[in-house]
Amino acid sequence: MTKKIRCALIGPGNIGTDLLYKLKRSPVLEPVWMVGVDPTSEGLKRAREMGLKTTDQGVDGLLPYVAADNVQIAFDATSAYVHKENSDKLTALGVMMIDLTPAAIGPFCVPPVNLKQHVGKREMNVNMVTCGGQATIPMIAAISQVQPVKYGEIVATISSKSAGPGTRKNIDEFTRTTSAAIERVGGAKQGKAIIIINPAEPPLIMRDTVHCLTEGEPDQAAITASVAEMIKEVQKYVPGYKRVNGPVFDGNRVSIYLEVEGLGDFLPKYSGNLDIMTAAAARTAEMFAEEIIAGRITLRPTAAV
Amino acid sequence: MSVKGKKITVHDMTLRDGMHPKRHQMTLEQMKAVAKGLDEAGVPLIEVTHGDGLGGSSVNYGFPAHSDEEYLSTVIPLMKQAKVSALLLPGIGTVDHLRMAKDLGVHTIRVATHCTEADVSEQHISLARKLEMDTVGFLMMAHRNTPQGLVTQAKLMESYGANCIYVTDSAGYMLPEDVRTSLGAVRAALKAETELGFHGHHNMSMGVSNSIAAVEVGATRIDAAAAGLGAGAGNTPMEVLIAVCNRMGIETGVDLFKIEDVAEDIVVPLMDHPIRIDRDSLTLGYAGVYSSFLLFAKRAEAKYKIPAREILMELGRRGMVGGQEDMIEDAAITMARERGLLA
Repeated sequence: MTKKIRCALIGPGNIGTDLLYKLKRSPVLEPVWMVGVDPTSEGLKRAREMGLKTTDQGVDGLLPYVAADNVQIAFDATSAYVHKENSDKLTALGVMMIDLTPAAIGPFCVPPVNLKQHVGKREMNVNMVTCGGQATIPMIAAISQVQPVKYGEIVATISSKSAGPGTRKNIDEFTRTTSAAIERVGGAKQGKAIIIINPAEPPLIMRDTVHCLTEGEPDQAAITASVAEMIKEVQKYVPGYKRVNGPVFDGNRVSIYLEVEGLGDFLPKYSGNLDIMTAAAARTAEMFAEEIIAGRITLRPTAAV
Repeated sequence: MSVKGKKITVHDMTLRDGMHPKRHQMTLEQMKAVAKGLDEAGVPLIEVTHGDGLGGSSVNYGFPAHSDEEYLSTVIPLMKQAKVSALLLPGIGTVDHLRMAKDLGVHTIRVATHCTEADVSEQHISLARKLEMDTVGFLMMAHRNTPQGLVTQAKLMESYGANCIYVTDSAGYMLPEDVRTSLGAVRAALKAETELGFHGHHNMSMGVSNSIAAVEVGATRIDAAAAGLGAGAGNTPMEVLIAVCNRMGIETGVDLFKIEDVAEDIVVPLMDHPIRIDRDSLTLGYAGVYSSFLLFAKRAEAKYKIPAREILMELGRRGMVGGQEDMIEDAAITMARERGLLA
């Protein structure tokens, strides 16, 4: 058996548990710790049943074991408010952080667009933007690789049942973080993000719409090809990612209508929004893990910023 | 129930919901003329923003002729007695927009969510209350929830700090009996000091009847628009509502002839098309679809040759909610492909 990089998951909720299922399948990652704050948590119980060590004492409960258990990568699926503290404590011990909260203290990572670049820079904290960002920014990048995009807008619609309390309480964080990443990662000069929660039954599968305004007439053939290529890249880690309609060209507007169906690991298939986050985070960790295993990266402790 | 002697606050929608049929292209001069007319007629509260609220400027809903800042800062200083309100849909606008509106002198903020999703409004309602604004929770597409479900959602918004809760018939689907049942249940559940409001659309021609039904069960704020300028077949026509209120002895403080003149002399001439119940706007009410989808569906009909009425029925079937304007072109393309009109 080849060597695997050992990981900790912080936050035993829906996202953390779904991520755990994905990590269990990984050829290069081995989840060893699940960190929570509630001793009665179902998620901690489930993680124990799956053979993980658990603590209900938060990140402080993990710190004494980081060195002995050789934890090198940690995923934070808690909330933006506690992420920085979690990150500072772990990066100080040389653990790389993958942030699934909208805290965004580290650079944004959208795997098919800029993961390689982050691996090259040996970042110790990367942020996974938002579900809507993971679903749409690859498309904006696919267009901006062809020609300049002066404005990029996304509309993410998720089912009511897949919108957790964190998203609901901090819905502004979604719009802010996503629109910033549309600009910084997608390459649009100006970004805007809209999120809609739909309670229809049966729950609707995540829908994402991308509207870009290009500078000058859109090069239809080149954009269509670039979008098709990028969809294939996303499908490598999110098989249920698909184009429903478009690209539609209307003047300098380019619109793409997407659907994201989840794998149904722990969460129902309609929760493509949660699946694309956990899949992107797992993909990101795997890329770093491959580099660590190959000896191209050595993680070093970082002082708190 | 007798409504004689009841006092209500009418809230004008001409410069916000009325932005939908204007494709958000109202000029500053048009806004000024309408707002001054409403102020002089005694309308106490006037909503001004993009049709989809603060931050609505987008490809998805349409770019406006002017920014929310420009519209608000043009109208607010002109008002002699009327206060100005702004709409905010969490997921579209943020607390940054809310602070901007407060700084420009907006008196009332209305935080709107789909009628089952009130918990996305906590950030915005609690901030507005902290800023000491008149804070309204606005439950849209109310026909998609039961009276008891609306009670739960209304109480959430009240618990965040809303001092008034609206039950909003965004699709113009409700009939007077639905209004009495839903608003009656919500009224009974809210604190006595929390106000109750109703926002109607005229797609089934129930705007005025529904508004009166709402007053009967305790609503004290009623939305309406001069000449009905609003999404779909428009909002409850203000001048008609005032005339009916006068006859029934409901006190509004609005001068009937003056509001008739605003409607006739200022608002009707600025319409791009007559605001009426045509087969498409009737379909909104009939199928329970968000009223601002109307013009998008008509444009999709022109481009993809699928009748707007059929697109709207499909969107109703799919359970689309307010804000999902992107799904109109998407549905039209899918339908056109299924019918062999597109490759």
